[in-house]
Amino acid sequence: MKENIVIIGGGAAGLEAAGQLIRLGYSPIIVEKEDHLGGHLAEWHCLFPDMTPASDIVGRLAGAVSDANIFTNTEILFINHLKDSYNVMLSNGVSIIARVILFTTGFRLFDAARKEEYGYGIYNQVITNSDLEHWFRTGDDDRIGSVPMEAVGFVHCVGSRDEKAGNAQCSKVCCITAVKQAIEMKKRFPDAMVYCFYMDLRMFGKKYEDFYISAQRDYGVRFIRGRVSEVSENIEGKVVVKAEDTLAGKPVRVTLDLLVLMAGMVCNPDSTKVASMIPLQTDSDGFLKSKDNILEITSSSRKGIFYAGACTGPKTVPETLAEARSAALDIHNFIESL
Amino acid sequence: MDFGFGIAPSSTINLDKVDRSRFTRLHELEPDVYKCMACGSCSSTCPAGRFSGMSVRKVILALQRGKEKEAVRMLKGCMLCGKCSMVCPRGINTRHLILSICRIYNEEQQ
Repeated sequence: MKENIVIIGGGAAGLEAAGQLIRLGYSPIIVEKEDHLGGHLAEWHCLFPDMTPASDIVGRLAGAVSDANIFTNTEILFINHLKDSYNVMLSNGVSIIARVILFTTGFRLFDAARKEEYGYGIYNQVITNSDLEHWFRTGDDDRIGSVPMEAVGFVHCVGSRDEKAGNAQCSKVCCITAVKQAIEMKKRFPDAMVYCFYMDLRMFGKKYEDFYISAQRDYGVRFIRGRVSEVSENIEGKVVVKAEDTLAGKPVRVTLDLLVLMAGMVCNPDSTKVASMIPLQTDSDGFLKSKDNILEITSSSRKGIFYAGACTGPKTVPETLAEARSAALDIHNFIESL
Repeated sequence: MDFGFGIAPSSTINLDKVDRSRFTRLHELEPDVYKCMACGSCSSTCPAGRFSGMSVRKVILALQRGKEKEAVRMLKGCMLCGKCSMVCPRGINTRHLILSICRIYNEEQQ
């Protein structure tokens, strides 16, 4: 069918939506700013709760779109609103007239250096969830494994549920990601004490609670209820963490060989930039605003503009994929009605 | 010189200095002790708790934080009625656990 559909973002949502649209007989155009597809997933090692390799998922998603028009290393220069279509100008000089644009622009990982009290970028042994995942994937990080790993800590909610950091929302996936990463660290360093500092544990998804119980009972990961208030470095280069053990009602301190900050999901400034070209509304949390947060989550208030995935708020991979399929169907119905 | 007041000792729990040997032994006997998620069902249902300060949740936590004497003192209030094991959502056999704690930690004191 000769109907141009522009998909902005070649991550999980963009790939899945493109795959479904191809099955429905369309030939969507994917615009990706990086040189590879897969978005954040491509940077991840494996996924909860079954430890599925992220590369398998990206491989399957990308395999389904091999027939699509894909522009990598390409950004959106501007979008002009024509009478009943949009003129999308790309940085590679291509201009596309389309009646349908799908935003799959995703999220950005919170910059953990902004929480200065945790010392990311200041102390050597403080890393983020993304750094740890990079190490799992490539084994390339001098900070991990070069010193004996006797004690490792995870800080939940870094830049999430934090009004001062400008992100009041829960990032949804960090709790279970911390549990997953803590288990992986225990597998690699069985003698290490692994602590998780949490405010609440939000184990809402399928098999998450089982995963949490297993982390406690089978791997001995210790959960301490209390938000880390400050981190310092001692003379040996280890990190000293202070928190309140709110269950004991007493301050607690512990020296760690590695501290992992669970950076949360925040709105993607690139997404906001492109959205402002149309313009589209953003919600109070900075993410793109759906027409309705229950009934029409994949629709915008503009005709022909659709959303899928984490551009409208933090989401898990299965949620993102489900939304991408739903957006593809919405687009199909929209085109039929034209 | 005595000014008639002093500084109270620090209440900070230093996890670096906690001796985990007995808790490790307890964990070998009672793997489920790690399953406690501190919901407090056991403590709220405990008929002895409101009179004696007994709380299984607090005992499990105190043992892991190195407050062993405090834990053993709390356990003295337990009547082994077993109500706590009936309400535990994680299915921990608290009665059995309490007996194991008494065995391990009282041995040490003798």
